[in-house]
Amino acid sequence: MTLTLQEVEHIANLARLELSPAELALYREQLSAILDHFSRLQQLDTSGVLPYSEARQESMPLRPDQARPGLSTEALLKNAPAAEDDQFRVPPVLD
Amino acid sequence: MSELTDLTLSECISGLQGGDFSSLELVRAYLQRIERLDNSLHAYLCVLAEQALAQAKDADRRLSSWRKEQEAPPPLMGVPLAVKDVLCVEGAPTTCGSRILENFTPPFTATAVERLQKAGAIVLGKTNTDEFAMGSSTENSAYGLTRNPWDPQRVPGGSSGGSAAAVAARLAPAALGTDTGGSVRQPASFCGVTGLKPTYGSVSRYGLVAFGSSLDVVGVLAHDARDAALVFQHMAGRDPLDATSVERNLTPSDLTRAPFPEREGELRGLRIGVPREYFIPGLQAEVEQAVRAALALFESLGAELVEVNLPHTEYALPVYYLVAPAEASANLARFDGIRYGPRLPADELWQVYRRTRGQKFGPEVKRRIMLGTYALSAGYYDAYYGQAQKVRTLIRQDFERAFQQVDVIAAPVTPNTAFVIGEHSDDPLSMYLEDIFTIPANLAGIPGLAFPVGFDQQGLPVGMQLMGPHFREDLLLGAAGVYQQATDWHRRTPPDGRSG
Repeated sequence: MTLTLQEVEHIANLARLELSPAELALYREQLSAILDHFSRLQQLDTSGVLPYSEARQESMPLRPDQARPGLSTEALLKNAPAAEDDQFRVPPVLD
Repeated sequence: MSELTDLTLSECISGLQGGDFSSLELVRAYLQRIERLDNSLHAYLCVLAEQALAQAKDADRRLSSWRKEQEAPPPLMGVPLAVKDVLCVEGAPTTCGSRILENFTPPFTATAVERLQKAGAIVLGKTNTDEFAMGSSTENSAYGLTRNPWDPQRVPGGSSGGSAAAVAARLAPAALGTDTGGSVRQPASFCGVTGLKPTYGSVSRYGLVAFGSSLDVVGVLAHDARDAALVFQHMAGRDPLDATSVERNLTPSDLTRAPFPEREGELRGLRIGVPREYFIPGLQAEVEQAVRAALALFESLGAELVEVNLPHTEYALPVYYLVAPAEASANLARFDGIRYGPRLPADELWQVYRRTRGQKFGPEVKRRIMLGTYALSAGYYDAYYGQAQKVRTLIRQDFERAFQQVDVIAAPVTPNTAFVIGEHSDDPLSMYLEDIFTIPANLAGIPGLAFPVGFDQQGLPVGMQLMGPHFREDLLLGAAGVYQQATDWHRRTPPDGRSG
């Protein structure tokens, strides 16, 4: 199967990735080849098989609902590219 | 032993506790060796020399007061370790080999590292990795590749290639890695060291930057099974900060004694499954020969070899390369230029995300985000992700059936020994195929242990892996420990590894 350029652009959009035309063309080719190779998966009959789950036998333990100290605002903002008044600063979301 | 850096971790511990040498001498020896060899090898992204020396001095003070009081010090007191740069260490840069985390300094330490520090260990530095642990060669690091100590023209494997190269070249006595699809075992095999991928859930992942959350596990690269057991034992166990972590009460003797210790050094009663699906056309002849020879030695040590079938093995690769990228595409959504890392300017928030991610993620990470986003997108979810999760159940059931017949399963780690730098750069699928023997254990959540069993004609290490039932690391470590008493492959050092 070959993905269309529109499909690849759509995926890049969903993934919030700005890609150059060269990247879009390359990923179109490579993803098509990878998905082709994976088509054997579709040929396997999985009717009646449950999807994999990590859930273990033992019950999910509960911990006491107690307040614990967390990281300080200062520590959390230390790596922010832009911060102001103890908050992350971002460009406008709404007009 | 002429050099402190030749010692195993266990030997370091007894030397420190016995007062044969100080932690400061040991840490200095490693720092000097890193200084001398790591410019060309590039196993480390960051060396924490100042902190390590300060901690070593402190460890020496504490060791000497314990000696005076005749009290046992914490088990790893004064021992240096290297940490893969996907695990947070407070105050040390954590890049995940990515430009999107350049200048990021975490305000906390990963639980796995913190437990080792509480046991007395000292972090020497952070080791190189494929970007966000996505790769099998460490060529995908945004900060430059790592070379294989056995042949500088070849890759060390990946993604824990920096940790494997560091241990092989005696730039650390042991190192932490992570294994999502083979990222501890494959580089261990390529570099001729011992690599433990514990059972899923055995080690807390708090402070590990997530890649594939149903697969990721923190593991160990070390000189031998005994050292791997020591490090594993001190970092395993339940952590309230990671809901997937499981309580493990491990003692060293639990992990390192022979599985059926009727007679010292023997493996009588151990049933080793040999799956025909792992001995396929395309397996390098010297790899097969070395693994078969190791199996014969296991047999002569008393183990019984049993042929087993794992019929869904051929589906493991497509299942993995749908499930892991799908999970990665969700996990890596957090890197958006808002809370940490660089931000590329744009007028609208949406464009900030797109531009920052488009420019700061590397090619392999973007490829996997694209693949995973596609597998999860409307109209394709059932055909790809849904089907992959069902086949994953079949793969786990293969192992469950096999472990009714045998105690452990033995197989090659990789189809080939270490490949030449650049060999797979233009063909992602051929790189993915390097993982075919390591992926199944991750999909089933079971433990795996890679260790050296020989060399090919070019002098490159060959590895073998043992896989076991959930939570039976003891079987793998015990059996490999007996094998390592009978062989010296794990003691071989790379060509210039001796020169001081």
